[in-house]
Amino acid sequence: MPQLSIVHALNQGLHRAMDADSKVLLMGEDIGKLGGVFRVTEGLQKSFGDERVIDSPLAESGIVGTAIGLALYGFRPVVEIQFDGFVFPAFDQIVVQLARMRFRSAGALSLPITIRMPYGGGIGSVEHHSESPEGYFAATPGLRVVTCSNSHDAYWMIQQSIASDDPVIFLEPKRRYWQKSEVNTDSHLNNISALHEARVLTEGSDCTIIGYGPTIATCLQSARLAAEDGVSLEVIDLRSLSPIDMPVLIKSANKTGRVVIVHEASRSGGVGAEIATRLTQECFYKLEAPVMRVTGYDVPYPPSRIEDDYLPDAERILDAVEKCMGY
Amino acid sequence: MDQSDSVVQLLDSNGSFTNDSLFTSTLKESELIDFYRDMVLVRAIDEQATALQRQGELGLWAPLLGQEAAQIGSARAMKKQDFAFSTYREHGVAWCRGVDPVDMLSFWRGTKHQGWDANQYRSYGYQIIIGAHALHATGYAMGAYLSRNTETGDAGIDQAVMAYFGDGAMSEGDVNEAFVFAASYQAPVVFFCQNNQWAISEPTKRQSRVPLAYRAAGFGIPGIRVDGNDVIACYEVTRQALDRARSGQGPTLIEAITYRMGAHTTSDDPTKYQVFSEVELWRDRDPIERLKVYLRAKGVLNNELESEISNEAATLSERMRDECRKLPDPNPLSMFDHVYSESDLNIDEQKREVETILSRSQDN
Repeated sequence: MPQLSIVHALNQGLHRAMDADSKVLLMGEDIGKLGGVFRVTEGLQKSFGDERVIDSPLAESGIVGTAIGLALYGFRPVVEIQFDGFVFPAFDQIVVQLARMRFRSAGALSLPITIRMPYGGGIGSVEHHSESPEGYFAATPGLRVVTCSNSHDAYWMIQQSIASDDPVIFLEPKRRYWQKSEVNTDSHLNNISALHEARVLTEGSDCTIIGYGPTIATCLQSARLAAEDGVSLEVIDLRSLSPIDMPVLIKSANKTGRVVIVHEASRSGGVGAEIATRLTQECFYKLEAPVMRVTGYDVPYPPSRIEDDYLPDAERILDAVEKCMGY
Repeated sequence: MDQSDSVVQLLDSNGSFTNDSLFTSTLKESELIDFYRDMVLVRAIDEQATALQRQGELGLWAPLLGQEAAQIGSARAMKKQDFAFSTYREHGVAWCRGVDPVDMLSFWRGTKHQGWDANQYRSYGYQIIIGAHALHATGYAMGAYLSRNTETGDAGIDQAVMAYFGDGAMSEGDVNEAFVFAASYQAPVVFFCQNNQWAISEPTKRQSRVPLAYRAAGFGIPGIRVDGNDVIACYEVTRQALDRARSGQGPTLIEAITYRMGAHTTSDDPTKYQVFSEVELWRDRDPIERLKVYLRAKGVLNNELESEISNEAATLSERMRDECRKLPDPNPLSMFDHVYSESDLNIDEQKREVETILSRSQDN
């Protein structure tokens, strides 16, 4: 099986999706000739032409709004928002138009649009390049919100997102873009786990760690460190933030009785709050400790020289585990 | 179509034909009678809906009174294969696309978010968010181009898209972004701005220091001003713009100068900001009256035909009244349908909550 970076896996996944369906087209700023600022779409315009890989004007609302029109015409647009912090001009089109078209037309119109977006911090960049806006989208009915943490998922989840008849916010963990891992390209969309499924990455018995996207590597590192101290962590890669695969989380929480949720986004009103509430409702008698959160703080993203103090790391995760174990 | 100070007018407010250097009427008298009928019926629809709102049958209504010519003239220039993206005031456009007035009412009564099938009528449902659909129209037009359903030279195939909005929308980012995209990709879209002088209480001069059509030049789009109360001019100007779009010559911005004779919506009180003398001035420019004067002078509209049309309007109004009251409330559980293309555990669970509450209230 080939070892691919997340960037290359996404690139190959997009290539395969475009081969499979001539209605799939890509649109975004700098995605054609340049191949995207992170090179995710590199070479695709050469392969598929400038009518299927379209360099767009610099207008995010325009990109999503015209993608809606293209989807109404029968296309499957995959649009790139260059950075997480740049998505907000398109917020109205995403939340007010895209998310509710199926509902408002009582199922007559569907908008199979994928919005790709690098997200998260840790790359030492300037303001507005390190945001984690997933909570806004996960709180919006009608959108699917997914994120990959490894190359295999990057390759398959982007294809699943494109194949979905619902609009999908596809979040790419930009600080893990160049991390390589094995990709089994030798399968088929129908044979891999469903897009909304959470995945247990390491089985454990003492405490469940739920993360997604860029924090998964940190969660796995925490599990290795905990194991050295004889504490067994079960790491779950959420993969889908909307819908949330509660049965997998509930099963694990019932088993371990302790849960720590990890994300880079701010704490209050985040995805972690939703999961904590639902687990408390579903697993109340099995929980040995309150559900804990290790997250970014309730502040705007800080200047990069201090971002390591903002981002969840293994030390903070292990502190939370220790607190859980202390109850 | 060059930018010009002038406003295209073919039929003046006295009902007499005027000359224009670029446009001339291509319409037969029978077609003008059809336009007259359309305008009378659409005004009746508007009056009836306004009355239904006053009687509590509708939650809200956005009257089109005064804008009949702009809507009928432009929408009748569309071909079957074209597609319209409209705001909440384009009842006349929906009418021309074949939508039943009762289906229009379902939106305002609160029984549906979209009263008709957009693909069936090739006309999108009412858009509430100002200007948002200008981008959808542009994207749709890009789709027509990418699918090679323009520039074929086959009049039965070549498509164009109409984007309707008002003077207020000209300030929205989405409309300006739509101009950028449409110009950049030379999309076959016609932007039809009904400048009805008012965005709720704000006059057009709050939105722009220049005539709205002038803005087009900055985007590299032809802009043209037309008398929005002249159904013939609206038809001809739109027809040419649509032909340009279908043949690959790109987008056009049409500013139809008209007047909102009614309130913004039934919740609005225009007496707080509209000046009576201005309203009276525009009453003299009534779009239906001038065509009526013309057709009567030509002898093609006689008392008999007029009473036939007004009877048709009365019958339609009565049917609207009856059928509006009979529009069924949706099943409360239907709110859980069509959020996603597939069933969702979380939504199913919440649906069961409502089922429980409903069955409890049935038991009591």
